[in-house]
Amino acid sequence: MGTRNYRRKTSHSEHGPGDGGRTGSWRVERPVLDQSVCTPCKRNKESCFICWLFCPEIVISRTIPPTFNLEYCKGCGICAEECPTKAITMVDEAKFAEEEKE
Amino acid sequence: MHIIENGNVAAALGVRLCRAGVIAAYPITPQTPLTERLSEYVESGDMKAEYIPVESEHSALAVCIAASSAGARTFTATSANGLLYMHEQVQWASGARLPIVMCVVNRAVGAPWNVWNDQQDSISQRDTGWIQIYCCDHQQIIDTVIKAFWLAEKVSIPIMVCYDGYILSHTYMPFDVPDQEKVDAFLPPFKPEYALDPDQPANLNTVTLPDVRVDVHGELAHGYMEIRYLLQEDLRTTLKAAAEAEQRFAQHFGRGGDPFIEPYRCADADFVAVGMGSITYQLRVCVDALRKEGIRVGVMGVRYYRPFPDEAIAGALKGKQGVIVFEKALSYGYEGALASDLKSALYEHLAPTGSLPTVQNLIAGIGGREIRTEDLTQTLRAAIHERISKEPHWIGLKL
Amino acid sequence: MNKDFIEIRWHGRGGQGAITAAKIVAGAAFVSGYAGVVMAPTFGTERRGAPVMTSLKLSKEKIYDLTPIETPDIVVVLDHLLLNEADVTHGLKPGGIIVLNTPMAHDAYHFKNYRLATADVTAISVETGLPHGMVNAGIIGSLEKAMNLLGIEILIKGIEEEFRTRKPQNNSRAAKIAYERTITGE
Repeated sequence: MGTRNYRRKTSHSEHGPGDGGRTGSWRVERPVLDQSVCTPCKRNKESCFICWLFCPEIVISRTIPPTFNLEYCKGCGICAEECPTKAITMVDEAKFAEEEKE
Repeated sequence: MHIIENGNVAAALGVRLCRAGVIAAYPITPQTPLTERLSEYVESGDMKAEYIPVESEHSALAVCIAASSAGARTFTATSANGLLYMHEQVQWASGARLPIVMCVVNRAVGAPWNVWNDQQDSISQRDTGWIQIYCCDHQQIIDTVIKAFWLAEKVSIPIMVCYDGYILSHTYMPFDVPDQEKVDAFLPPFKPEYALDPDQPANLNTVTLPDVRVDVHGELAHGYMEIRYLLQEDLRTTLKAAAEAEQRFAQHFGRGGDPFIEPYRCADADFVAVGMGSITYQLRVCVDALRKEGIRVGVMGVRYYRPFPDEAIAGALKGKQGVIVFEKALSYGYEGALASDLKSALYEHLAPTGSLPTVQNLIAGIGGREIRTEDLTQTLRAAIHERISKEPHWIGLKL
Repeated sequence: MNKDFIEIRWHGRGGQGAITAAKIVAGAAFVSGYAGVVMAPTFGTERRGAPVMTSLKLSKEKIYDLTPIETPDIVVVLDHLLLNEADVTHGLKPGGIIVLNTPMAHDAYHFKNYRLATADVTAISVETGLPHGMVNAGIIGSLEKAMNLLGIEILIKGIEEEFRTRKPQNNSRAAKIAYERTITGE
């Protein structure tokens, strides 16, 4: 069975888990949110969401609090860089590996 | 001295040994590490050259054209869509007869986007008036870069040194890096017939009329057509100069062979596989396997694609029963360009003998599709057994 | 293992330095009489943290086949967590060797038909003063202990040369200690 009957003759992909598979395993650092500083958390109102807007992998939810889908987050750190209140810190993944071991 | 490095470094070392004076390039995978390495040489002072970072490949070659016109030994490198973006300047460089050397790190062209190896990029530039040479390993890459500067400056025609992206550019293997003194002895400084000179102002390559004209000295000067004819004439005689380059190189460095083709176990073969680049070395492994089965087969690598060494190719294939041409590119709408060219050479040189080998065309490794040696052997065996298809056959297609 | 032609597949993560490690072994093999040495990384998808593979072929003669290794004699795994993500034993020849960097004990693993060599190269590297996760020099010590092919001295020399500007002594010490502490289960 090949691709002969595939519905297109061009390269066409839609958003979702891509060719890279479970890209969360690439992460060296993990984003961690401090809710006491995060604007929507503090105000308890839909606001800011700069992290959601900038995330190139669409793994941050537009919710209170914003959550990270760690299955696909590659740990690029753009969210931490862009957060206007510095509510997101990138933490060495090795630290969590040790915790998970314990 | 032998070192273990990747193909891009082999090319960069060759350019450094040739003391290129101006390098202008725009990064594109898989060429990027080559030009990065050159920029490091220039930055650290290991290489005395102007490295000009530019905003596009079109500009990269435009800078090389200007620098070469001013008498500098110039180098650039690119891949895939970068080469296509250069296309207008590619034609210009050969028409202006500038001995620029450019590495083409062969990569598939978009759409769809793809960074892996095939040879559609350089094959699509076949008719631009450049010399094209294909490499099979790192020793050939560094040696060919050195020969290319000598040859380009000898015949005033630019040269593309082509090698397979990733398969050669990113793979590490040992190769010998010649001594600087030896390269200096082989390759004298570049002395152009005319270099841009404020004391001798001139217009270069401005509107040139369809017919000949009388110039300011009262001499009859070329029309456009004469200039283009001379490019063709000189490309054809480049075959002689290429043989001289190879001979000189062998004298200076003690290695080399036939400049145009690399035959392997062809002498007594009934069937010959033909290709360009790294696949021809892989085919040697297939040929060895099939020889063990008693099949008389050889492989011939074509090193020069333009000018096309038609006589050498036809000579090597004389009396053969069948030729199987493996290509990583296609003249879309017909067949592989090498297959067409090869048939034309066979017709010209062998038709009078009354014995023409059959020619089959196999397409492989498009967009980096892995070519497993086992599959390649099996396809070659099948093609020898009987004609697989009248149309070019694509190996490993999953339709 | 046919010592005239050896295929070693490296499993690491982008940025972990598997290519550098393979290059050091390639260099040592070349000066030890392996005229054919070819090292090919995974093409085009090297991303920091992503699982990557590198093929290293060592041969007494020039190698014309540059395709990736399909049936390795040895696999080197730079990070034990890769066991969950990659099929590291895929194609491994029967009796083949697995060199594994792991904090776990040797007898925590059961690979049928294969020989396993383990060491906690991560801990050893930190012990010698290298930053956390820099295991590519250390793993070379484990590999040599398991394959017993080139001699640790020539590899140490290669490591110090490769890392001449990046803590050469710490790196070579990591390889030496890993060589000593690698458990081969024999």
